[in-house]
Amino acid sequence: MTALLSILVLVFILVAIWQMVKIFDLTQLSSTAPNDQVANDKDNKINGYLMIGFLIFIYVITIICFVKWGDLPLMSNSASEHGPDIDSLMIISMIIIFIVQTLTQFLLHYFAFKYRGEKGKKALFYADNNKLEAIWTIIPVIVLAILIIQGLFTWTTIMNVNEEEDPLIIELYAQQFNWKARYGGEDNTLGKANVRLIDIDRANILGVDESDPNAQDDIITTELHLPVGRPVLFKMRSQDVLHSAYMPHFRAQMNCVPGMITQFGFTPTVTTAEMRDTPEMKDKVANINNIRVEKSKELVANGEEALEPYTFDYLLLCNKICGTSHYNMQMKIIVETQEEYDAWIKTQKAFKNSLVNN
Amino acid sequence: MSAHADTHDAHDDHHHKETFITKYIFSQDHKMIAKQYLITGTIMGVIGVIMSLMMRMQIAWPEEPNVIFQTLLGKWAPEGVMDADIYLALVTIHGTIMVFFVLTAGLSGTFSNLLIPLQIGARDMASGFLNMVSYWLFFISSVIMVLSFFVEAGPAAAGWTIYPPLSALPMAQGGSGAGMTMWLVAMAIFIASSLLGSLNYVVTVINLRTKGMSMTRLPLTIWAFFVTAIIGIISFPVLLSAALLLIMDRSFGTSFFLSDIFIQGEVLHYQGGSPVLFEHLFWFLGHPEVYIVLLPALGITSEIIATNSRKPIFGYRAMIASILAIAFLSTIVWGHHMFISGMNPFLGSVFTFTTLLIAIPSAVKAFNYITTLWKGNLQMNPAMLFSIGLVSTFITGGLTGIILGDSALDINVHDTYFVVAHFHLVMGISALYGMFAGIYHWFPKMYGRMLNKNLGYIHFWVTAICAYGVFFPMHFIGMAGLPRRYYTNSNFPLFDDLQDVNVVITVFALVGGVFQLVFLYNLFSSIFFGKKATQNPWKSNTMEWTTPVEHVHGNWPGEIPSVHRWAYDYSKPGQDEDWVSQIVPLKEGEEELQH
Repeated sequence: MTALLSILVLVFILVAIWQMVKIFDLTQLSSTAPNDQVANDKDNKINGYLMIGFLIFIYVITIICFVKWGDLPLMSNSASEHGPDIDSLMIISMIIIFIVQTLTQFLLHYFAFKYRGEKGKKALFYADNNKLEAIWTIIPVIVLAILIIQGLFTWTTIMNVNEEEDPLIIELYAQQFNWKARYGGEDNTLGKANVRLIDIDRANILGVDESDPNAQDDIITTELHLPVGRPVLFKMRSQDVLHSAYMPHFRAQMNCVPGMITQFGFTPTVTTAEMRDTPEMKDKVANINNIRVEKSKELVANGEEALEPYTFDYLLLCNKICGTSHYNMQMKIIVETQEEYDAWIKTQKAFKNSLVNN
Repeated sequence: MSAHADTHDAHDDHHHKETFITKYIFSQDHKMIAKQYLITGTIMGVIGVIMSLMMRMQIAWPEEPNVIFQTLLGKWAPEGVMDADIYLALVTIHGTIMVFFVLTAGLSGTFSNLLIPLQIGARDMASGFLNMVSYWLFFISSVIMVLSFFVEAGPAAAGWTIYPPLSALPMAQGGSGAGMTMWLVAMAIFIASSLLGSLNYVVTVINLRTKGMSMTRLPLTIWAFFVTAIIGIISFPVLLSAALLLIMDRSFGTSFFLSDIFIQGEVLHYQGGSPVLFEHLFWFLGHPEVYIVLLPALGITSEIIATNSRKPIFGYRAMIASILAIAFLSTIVWGHHMFISGMNPFLGSVFTFTTLLIAIPSAVKAFNYITTLWKGNLQMNPAMLFSIGLVSTFITGGLTGIILGDSALDINVHDTYFVVAHFHLVMGISALYGMFAGIYHWFPKMYGRMLNKNLGYIHFWVTAICAYGVFFPMHFIGMAGLPRRYYTNSNFPLFDDLQDVNVVITVFALVGGVFQLVFLYNLFSSIFFGKKATQNPWKSNTMEWTTPVEHVHGNWPGEIPSVHRWAYDYSKPGQDEDWVSQIVPLKEGEEELQH
């Protein structure tokens, strides 16, 4: 029935268009002339003005977007040591883009308006100018050279992990559709592991090598705790399909690839508690909670449960399509002081004690 | 082949009898094949757009019952609530259809077929038979791709990039069973079709140019189609090999892309392969593919902007050089899709460098278009509007490329909606505008009738506003960290404040989508009832407008005219009219421009 109705609606829309076209054509005096479907002076004029209108539309939508969403806390407020480098590069790039965009869109639409066709006017025969072309080849070259150089420095700094800083080694382990973290334990060294060693009956879910002495004190958790100020080096594994460990607040992301170990390192600089206390985050959370309260009212009216209020936490998200529940593959990250971290890690079971004997 | 060449030579004697089947179905005439591509591409486009609208509705109003879902998706939307698996399938098939079936086959197939012989002065393609085979392979592959929606476990759902292991293991995802097999078969056939087409284009452009049509007198459309075909020949076979290796992994137990996998309680035997290898193979096509989609659109735009500005295209040689530069660079930048794939970070540096270089020829093109408008006498036909729109979205979308191409910045925006906004503007919308522009401009040549211009204006302005309304705000939710390909964002309260943006985007998308009906109406009604076209309605210089309005087999009755000048003698001083067809000899004392 709905299908039939939809088809009927579609047919009516088409008939309406047909009728409108007919009426419009009848109002046009020249509709019998040949080539009346080619733009005439009137069309050129109307569309020329519309070009200016469209230019204004582009500027307005740009301004609205920047004012409303230009300062979402995720774009500022990075929580890692290299975060500000990425953010400043981002800002430089954005400024360049903004300038180029504003100018070129202006020229494009303004010319389209200014030089709109009129009968009897003749265009300028202007086919070439090597000087001009050299200019707009060289300017992008210079601008891009600057961006490339700064980009490469930033990239190299981020990706080169300095092992001498004694980073905290943590394995991020991905599976459909959850994350696990494995800490190296007291020796800060991860035991060997392979999916072929997975033994569900013994609760060895990550396939850690039971005979490896380094593995004995490993700690497997479902929450990621990081001490603030200490470099962390993540070793990433996946047991089934590609996943991507995305930690947007820390400007960090790396794919987890079955069959190989990938890595990414950063130093968290802001604890969860501090981040919750920043004015931007307070605003954001208050705003989100307002939205959730509104939504809850609706839900309750429909006899459903209300939403829980939101408190901020850092998150690890999966950012590579990985199957049905890809949209819900997350792990909480808690950045805390060294003391809090030490206290937490003491409460966690070492690998050798977590195995089930049967 | 030789028999066919004979019919060309002997086209004058009208013994060549055509039945309905040889004329409309198994036609070897390039003009008919172009129409077949156009109609098939348009139908695929409608399917692809409907899919995107369903995705947008799901994102804006997640998990809410929707009659449209219930009607169109059936068992995949129990009681009208979309299933998470089918969402991913929509993502996948929408991407595949739009990139390959609409913007590669629909755009290149239509206009390369129509324009290459007509604009270079040839009777037909080098091989009409291969051309026909190419279309029918494309048709078969379209049918298989669409039919994959009717497979028990659903169509392919691993994203259009079909990264293994997700795409390789039926236990990882429902769509990776028979659905993925159909996807791979459809794509293998598609690639065969595309290669036959491309080879034909290249051979035709090299061998069948009429007397006087030197390479530097070719219209820029032909240059774009020619270079596009070459990129296709270089890169499509690599995707074919990736698909074949993936089929081996899926069906014959090899381990090209798979290693160390534990899934659903068991260890699989695969060892030693790497998904990263697949990513390399995929993107070795995948990135040039962007330019396979975009270059024809830019070529069409060059031609239309020059014609409607009544001015020569500015910097003809620079335009050719930038097409060549883009084509060359496009084959050495694929790694920018893989900065965080786990490949060596040093490679990331190399690919950042090559990627950002592409901005240079792109900037040259954009500035040359703008300069072509300067001091012109712009005829605001719908085709011209879409061409100007293309330059606008090409700039807006292209500029964010310098963020995504920069490996350090890519870390944080990779696979977020920022990427979605970027590529939809720079290749999706731009190429679509190129296709629309081409249709409005060459419709009179294809069907001998005119499209209605007022419907064209409505179509353009609503589409232009909606395109920006959809994709401009999308950058910002991407920068706020929202990952793409999430069925719903409601599990992340963190993103609750982005929901209103998503609703705005969806509203723009729905309005824009519905207004495509205006175009469809215009297209299909004008085929039969449009105003009769004159021979050269836009007063264009290129050769296709010297053929009669009524199509003849072999394009020109009698001799093929020879060419005496380049395609852009618009408003040339000393001429009576503001255009001079390429086939008009130089006047006495007139100098050909040393362009």
